[in-house]
Amino acid sequence: MPTKLRRTDVVVIGLGWSGAILANELTDEGLDVVALERGPWRDTARDLSINFVPDELRYGIRLDLVLRPAQQTFTVRNNAGQTALPMREFGSFHPGNGVGGAGVHWAGITWRFSPADFRLRSHLSERYGAAAIPADMTIQDWGTSYQEMEPYYDRFEYLAGISGRAGNLRGMLQDGGNSFEGARQRDYPNPPLKLTYGPKLFADTARSMGYRPFPIPSALLSRPYINPLGVAMGECTFCGFCTNYGCANYSKASAQTTVLPVLMLKPNFKVRTECEVLRINLDKAGTTATGVTYVDSSGQEWEQPADLVIVCAFMLDNVRLLLLSGIGRPFDFRTGEGQVGRNFSYQTQNSAQGFFDNKRFNFNPFIGGGATGMAIDELNNDNFDHGPLGFFGGGSTRCAPIGAAPILTRPIPPGTPRWGAGWKKATVDNYLSAISVGCESSSYSNRNNFLDLDPTYTDRLGRPLMRITFDFPENDLRMSQYVTGKVAEIVRNMGASQIVARPRTGHWSVVPYQSTHTVGGAIMGADPSSSVVNKYLQAWDVANLFVVGASAFPQNSGFNPTGTVGALAFKAADAIRNLYLKAPGPLVRT
Amino acid sequence: MSRRYAVGVIVALVVLIAAAAGILWALLPGRLPLRADAFQKPDPQSFEDIERGRYLAIAGDCAACHTARGGKPFAGGVPIETPFGKVVAPNITPDRETGIGAWTDDEFRRAVQEGIGRDGDLLYPAMPYPAYAKVAPDDVLAIRAYLATVEPASNKVATTQLPFTLRNRALMLGWNLLNFDRTPFRPDPNASVERNRGAYLVDGLGHCGSCHTAKNILGGDKRDGYLQGAVLQGWFVPSISGDPRVGIGEWPRDEIVDYLRAGANHWTVVSGPMAEEVRNSSTYLTVADLRAIAIYLKGVPPAAAASPRPLPSNDARMESGRAIYQDVCSACHTEPGLGANHLFPRLARSPAVQSDNATTLIRVVIAGSRSGGTALAPTAPAMPAMAGRLTNEQVAAVLTYIRNSWGNAAAAVSADEVKVIKSILTANGG
Repeated sequence: MPTKLRRTDVVVIGLGWSGAILANELTDEGLDVVALERGPWRDTARDLSINFVPDELRYGIRLDLVLRPAQQTFTVRNNAGQTALPMREFGSFHPGNGVGGAGVHWAGITWRFSPADFRLRSHLSERYGAAAIPADMTIQDWGTSYQEMEPYYDRFEYLAGISGRAGNLRGMLQDGGNSFEGARQRDYPNPPLKLTYGPKLFADTARSMGYRPFPIPSALLSRPYINPLGVAMGECTFCGFCTNYGCANYSKASAQTTVLPVLMLKPNFKVRTECEVLRINLDKAGTTATGVTYVDSSGQEWEQPADLVIVCAFMLDNVRLLLLSGIGRPFDFRTGEGQVGRNFSYQTQNSAQGFFDNKRFNFNPFIGGGATGMAIDELNNDNFDHGPLGFFGGGSTRCAPIGAAPILTRPIPPGTPRWGAGWKKATVDNYLSAISVGCESSSYSNRNNFLDLDPTYTDRLGRPLMRITFDFPENDLRMSQYVTGKVAEIVRNMGASQIVARPRTGHWSVVPYQSTHTVGGAIMGADPSSSVVNKYLQAWDVANLFVVGASAFPQNSGFNPTGTVGALAFKAADAIRNLYLKAPGPLVRT
Repeated sequence: MSRRYAVGVIVALVVLIAAAAGILWALLPGRLPLRADAFQKPDPQSFEDIERGRYLAIAGDCAACHTARGGKPFAGGVPIETPFGKVVAPNITPDRETGIGAWTDDEFRRAVQEGIGRDGDLLYPAMPYPAYAKVAPDDVLAIRAYLATVEPASNKVATTQLPFTLRNRALMLGWNLLNFDRTPFRPDPNASVERNRGAYLVDGLGHCGSCHTAKNILGGDKRDGYLQGAVLQGWFVPSISGDPRVGIGEWPRDEIVDYLRAGANHWTVVSGPMAEEVRNSSTYLTVADLRAIAIYLKGVPPAAAASPRPLPSNDARMESGRAIYQDVCSACHTEPGLGANHLFPRLARSPAVQSDNATTLIRVVIAGSRSGGTALAPTAPAMPAMAGRLTNEQVAAVLTYIRNSWGNAAAAVSADEVKVIKSILTANGG
């Protein structure tokens, strides 16, 4: 029997980016907020010291900041005809764990999605005709618009101190920015980061080919900054330890470096770490959440009653909690009915690697960061005519040297021996003179890709694991071939003597790391029959429940998701503060 | 001579001197009473007086000692380290049995300003009555009026944990004779009202000298040491005089205000014992009072010490120090030693960096330090501990470099000094 605790106004599940933003906004509103975090407490001073952060073995290989599969994992299969098996080691994606979530070890690339993204089905139907969209492609509109999202993108960018250059200021196109972006009310809070040689060469080459390169919008700060909450951040030093690492220099935006110092001073905020939520509790009618039940590290179960429940866990866990709590109707792939678990998508990772003459080119690849460098957006989304191409989508193309940590950085050309003197020589010959250009591409939802509870495997508490059924749809594989070919062309023009193009091919594998940009499953929309939450991230079925995060994306754009995740958190907070608290109940009537 | 033996000798000396002074004091004809000039007694039911008392209680940081962590406000119980042992601050809530509820106003004022307890015993100067003697009596009684409004808490506190030889409070008679200057605060007729207000706050309720003025062997203020810095609890408390090199003479007035109010400014972020002071006290003072403090402090004359010349950059210690600095420190403190606003302390022209005594610098480099967050500067950044990464020689070299670069000038730091601080911190379990 769980021990019942004193009621609180709000319980937030998961204290990552979304949870920290929601908790801060709602405590500002005067509400008592309790956050429950499955993993450990983490702060820069104690846990991300420069004395041990750049440890590739600990963080890059052994994934110290990532969820431990023994605590929780997922089962995986490529299609519904297979039996899913549990991931016993995280490869393809790296779920965050602990305070700050995956936002501690993210790379820091911070996009806004494009205006067309938010009305993707409508947009493609208008341009190419509804019939052009394949029957199994379940893409849909978000139920919101870029215009509605814009103020929240702005809030997130200023909170995080994003470094970048505007491409569209209030409708006026700006030289040197992304001309495809939606209109923004003001420029980024900080100027772009400095460039190393590789991205500069990429940008010059792309420009000479007619592309319009611009600096990657980055959560690594180009100068010291004090954010609107009064939290100070430092200037990025290009140490090259961002992706899979926490930042020791207070230079990479995370909940730790932007929100938590303020949140932790508030008397009306509490966080309980190492506390895993078992389920969201509902009243008898099933239409009101009464709180949550969680288990602490001693195995003691607690019931935390609350007036508002906000689910801000990793997106897979958001969906799983809904399914475990019996909220919403689970998606049934056979009939296409049901909403929870529907439209699970990913990101389609492509790249072209160039090997250059080491007497003429030196990229100093160890000088880098998860979000430094230059990008072009001509190959993204619907920024080019898909009419004759037979696929939809595309990706943001960028030359972003993330650093070159010593264990995994082995830029050796095909044909190199896998060990021994030849392998060593190839490493030496190419370490300084190889560079990649990536194309982080869209993943359009498909009827065959979904999430549900695994019928066989359970976690340590006996609860079914989340089952991922995913493979790259034919549409996305064709898109990969196309964009990677274009990227390889740029790398050739940069002067590479050998090019290895790596479009996504074949089946999805959980082994090589691709990205942690898994999305969907509890998607937002205008219609409760095809979505789980409304445009305020409020559950259709349970008005005092909000589900915030990438779980709300109906499909994935050719952009990294965190900027949109942060904006959605501010959007939900604003809706709660200015609409829900004034009139508790469903914010969208159907 | 073993350290324990040396301490024994010192304690014995202290006892002898104090006892002799006490006898002398007792023989004097009549004790000099603190002059209680006629003053308007605060009204214990007046909102204005209670509110003023609340503000002044914060300015005096009464809670720092009289409120235990997690305990009820002002219910006592925080052990205060003194060079002679631990003293525990009593319960000053209005509880009649265990607090000060049954005290008269005059008993309260005598305790605060003369160091005389209700039963006539003399208090230990861990209670900064020598500073509070400078406070206007109506301010003291305003504090009393405020304290009478807080929740009475029943909490009996055993106030001393001193060794037996020092428990005889009559000894304090002698201490007072030698160290207690009873003259009330006298405004400088040639100074502005603002500057006098600053002096009043610094010397009175602010009791800045308790930490920033060096102490003699008996724990009294050293002559010529007024606000020139002192060693305390393993830190060197920096000079807060107007000295441009080791004091705050170069800090613009508003930067001093920011430091006291937010705990951070363009120069540094607060850490160590001062972080508690900012968090509990000065962050709540009005900007006008903080400006007054800044004006006064900038006018406090520097100690008469010759300014050292910087070491030449080709000195071997400077060369290795520079290499270590670039490798280990420059990512945050920046190549030219400028740091970052509210985040990484500036090292160039920094008074703490150039202090004659390098205790704090050594401590911060080897053991690290965490700044305290306030609502105005919540970041609370940390300096990582470098003892696991740098040898004593390397710590000495990099500090020598920092102390003699970018316009800084200060004595070189030796590996032996680092070793000593390290052993003190290790002995303290840190």
